[in-house]
Amino acid sequence: MKPLHRKLDIRNGCVDLSHGSGGRAMAQLISGLFHEAFGNEWLARGNDQSAFDVAAGRMVMTTDGYVVSPLFFPGGNIGSLAVHGTVNDIAMAGARPLYLSASFIIEEGFRFADLKIIAESMGEAARAAGVHIITGDTKVVERGKADGVFISTAGVGVVPYGLDLSAENARVGDRVLISGTLGDHGVAIMSKRQNLAFETEIVSDSASLNDLVADMVAAAGPGIRLMRDPTRGGLAATLNEIAQQSGLGFHLVEESIPVKPGVAAACELLGLDPLYVANEGKLVAIVAPEDAAAVLAAMRAHPLGRDAADIGEAIADDHHFVQMATSFGGGRIVDWLSGEQLPRIC
Amino acid sequence: MKYADEFRDKEIALGLARAIRSEADPQKSYRFMEFCGGHTHAISRYGLEDMLPGNVRMIHGPGCPVCVLPAGRIDMAIRLAERPEIILCVYGDLMRVPGSQGASLLKAKARGADIRMVYSTIDAIRIAEENPGREVVFFAIGFETTTPPTAVMIRLAEKKQLENISVFCNHVLTPPAMQGILNTPDVHGVEIDGFVGPAHVSTVIGTAPYEFCASDFGKPVVIAGFEPLDMMQAILMLVRQVNEHRHEVENQYSRAVNRDGNLRAKAEVSDIFELRDAFEWRGLGQLPDSGLRLKPAYAKYDAELRFGMTELRVDDNPACECGDILRGVKKPADCKLFGTLCTPETPMGSCMVSSEGACAAHWTYGRFRDHQLRRAS
Repeated sequence: MKPLHRKLDIRNGCVDLSHGSGGRAMAQLISGLFHEAFGNEWLARGNDQSAFDVAAGRMVMTTDGYVVSPLFFPGGNIGSLAVHGTVNDIAMAGARPLYLSASFIIEEGFRFADLKIIAESMGEAARAAGVHIITGDTKVVERGKADGVFISTAGVGVVPYGLDLSAENARVGDRVLISGTLGDHGVAIMSKRQNLAFETEIVSDSASLNDLVADMVAAAGPGIRLMRDPTRGGLAATLNEIAQQSGLGFHLVEESIPVKPGVAAACELLGLDPLYVANEGKLVAIVAPEDAAAVLAAMRAHPLGRDAADIGEAIADDHHFVQMATSFGGGRIVDWLSGEQLPRIC
Repeated sequence: MKYADEFRDKEIALGLARAIRSEADPQKSYRFMEFCGGHTHAISRYGLEDMLPGNVRMIHGPGCPVCVLPAGRIDMAIRLAERPEIILCVYGDLMRVPGSQGASLLKAKARGADIRMVYSTIDAIRIAEENPGREVVFFAIGFETTTPPTAVMIRLAEKKQLENISVFCNHVLTPPAMQGILNTPDVHGVEIDGFVGPAHVSTVIGTAPYEFCASDFGKPVVIAGFEPLDMMQAILMLVRQVNEHRHEVENQYSRAVNRDGNLRAKAEVSDIFELRDAFEWRGLGQLPDSGLRLKPAYAKYDAELRFGMTELRVDDNPACECGDILRGVKKPADCKLFGTLCTPETPMGSCMVSSEGACAAHWTYGRFRDHQLRRAS
């Protein structure tokens, strides 16, 4: 006779230590919640690992941990973010992302209902990006030892031979292209922080950029020197990083940098600078000057690059400064952030 | 952005820049101190220095309350926050201010002290209500602008009969600091031809308290807002005062400031606070009548009394030139520590502490000009 199993009570139940113990409860959580949400042939086989064919070209691999607070924010949640972020890190190599792993550290007492929303968002984000989550892990820690749930994803992809995007490719005169407005994600997150809740219509820009990247690569191939997604530390951190690695400097024109009025207003109120605020669905491309127009046109033709802009150029600078002509008419440096960006009191 | 973009208009700015260039006498040099950190931030953020002729120089003043807080007061706060019953509520930009030996509230928090970043004094009230078994201390800091909110917090605590909230008071006053700078006997003399006077501070105290600068010291003052056009217009007004040998308190920021200030806020503050005999300013030393504490009637809200906090003194690094930089005698790049031992990540002196400090602003936004100068010369 088939043993009777009580189904997961998704609506009212929550994760307890037994769901991480390796027993039946864990198996039930994995198959009832994660497999359901990620649904693919690899997971269905139930092995501790998944095998896949290696495509022609060079393999690309990346990994990232997600510890965002709050877990749910306008425009996404930690689940969609964990897919978008890793997909984008692969895509920034000009590569096609293929497979992801997902590892969960869940705090005891976390509601199944919330976990289900997160897992379903991951599944949805993966399908939209054309990738599969083919292996995973679940751990449960005691109450107070994690902030709800932490997710870690790793990913592999493949990039065609001949395309080798990297900072050392950048040359003086290269154009700096940005795929859209800056700071949306950071402001959306801040608007929901417990001690800072404010009204805004800004939603996170969290999105997978691999499709946009494919169009850009089709337009210019190796004319794209390198790409980065300006996440933590924003555009400022990304360009300073590239300046250091390439041995160049940058000169930006503030007026050409797209920022939504709502983001500009929120930053104004909080004493923050949108150039330092995080993005999760934007990319910076350093492109050879002769290919810049074609790449920009390809970006603008894609829904995720509608607001793309040419914001400046690479210059020779022994100090590797990122300089900017301000919209007011003066000049300034866009420096690395010192520590965390903190609101000012005066 | 409405009500902000109007004050950042490039065309009007260029017009003001042209007027400053044509009216500034090329034979003269004009050294103006902008008092407030907000002004310093606007100058750096918008690159105003590039729009001024070479003989009009801005000197960054001590008007960043975070920067001038002495290391000893940070040490006192850390010592207090390490007590298990204490929740210390602080404004965000205090977190990184260095105490002695590299200590900071950020590091104390990492080691387990319960230190919470708040955005207003009302947050501290909420935290006190939510934690009846704990002692909530609000780290009060700032000039006349942030003192009224602290007064409101004490009023609210009284009304709600909260017994577990108090204030570590570090509020300081603007006019005594200006007086301190003007009074300092210095072999080089005080090299300041006029002041861009405080913006938000003046909305509270009005323009009258600066009249001594004009009458006793013969220095022009123009109260100015924090937007870049406010600054440009104020600089033009100062150039005109110097050219016409006038020394008056003029008000560029008339959309928000009058002569008497906010009477209600002033009344609340003088009801609850009283002058300390002297208060230490990082970079400027002890300044008489420059700091506030709670009046005896509000002693139970005074964290220094409530927890028997002992005054701690820490000497500034002897190589640090903050004092001379704040008086306009030296520039940030003249200091041997600038950009070597002293950077925004590891600040040694007050001017490097917050983004509004003279050295930090120069480091973060303007240091490329040092290299341009070196290349040009």
